[in-house]
Amino acid sequence: MTADLVADILAGTCLISGALLSLAAGVGLLRFPDLLSRMHAATKPQVLGLLLILAGTALRLQNTIDITTLVLVGVFQLATAPVAAHMVGRAVYRARQVRTDLLVVDELAGDRAGEAPGPGDRVV
Amino acid sequence: MNNDAAAPPAVPVRSRWRDRAVAVTVLVMVWMLLWGVFSWANLISGLAVSVVVLVVFPLPPVIFAGRLRLLGLLHFAWRFLTDLVVASVQLAVLAFRFGHQPRSAIIRVPLRVPSDLVLTLTGEAVSLVPGSLIVDTDQASTTLYIHVINVADRAAVEAFRRNVYETEARIVRAIGSDAEIRMLDHPVPAGKGELT
Repeated sequence: MTADLVADILAGTCLISGALLSLAAGVGLLRFPDLLSRMHAATKPQVLGLLLILAGTALRLQNTIDITTLVLVGVFQLATAPVAAHMVGRAVYRARQVRTDLLVVDELAGDRAGEAPGPGDRVV
Repeated sequence: MNNDAAAPPAVPVRSRWRDRAVAVTVLVMVWMLLWGVFSWANLISGLAVSVVVLVVFPLPPVIFAGRLRLLGLLHFAWRFLTDLVVASVQLAVLAFRFGHQPRSAIIRVPLRVPSDLVLTLTGEAVSLVPGSLIVDTDQASTTLYIHVINVADRAAVEAFRRNVYETEARIVRAIGSDAEIRMLDHPVPAGKGELT
């Protein structure tokens, strides 16, 4: 077993599991019932999926310039994914696109009941 | 080391300069990583670009009263990674369970430590781990409203709420001040964290 072979096996494992997680994200995106649930599928499994694919690529490339770029891709993904998900989630809730029949409990509804509708709120 | 967030304290000039120095360092590092090679030309152009960025887009003041604790950081990073893997696999399995309609919940979690930094970091950490998504936040009471997928009943909701509090505690133990760590022992304000 040479070091190259070990690196190749590790890279292959990372790439395949990353691809599987992305596939699961795609399936979830099609299958989940409402927009908020779909956001989970769209934003989350691919965080780990992308990190695994980046790690696999880094193991194959073994080139400093490429690896620094891959690190940046990972860092920006971790920093921006929650913000994007939060903005969509907030807009979804205010536009009343949440399937309330699927919620076990909604503690935000009571807290927002007293507020005047703001921009983006759909008034029923 | 007084961090009473009831009345937002004025940020001392010295820590504003410290924040700017941190921001410049991070921006220069990103610039160097983008170029991929270290050279003095990159360093100087990076410094110039980051100063322009900070002048044109000034950052809001951040109150950082604590200090970095290595053990706390390692503990947080380890738990974050394991949570990320476990939850990713759980959500992937859920996606392939055809014919199963996952139920979810929106829960309110008022954090115990009134700090914008802790609120932001807890929100990011909770949000990055699959299965939970921040729907709304309330800055005044440092409250997160979280959409959780795949919770069957109230017991699962309460288990998740404890999870968020544990994440908050790990973050405060990694970056918080002594006063903030003591706040973790306070009970959750009555009637706020419980189901009504």
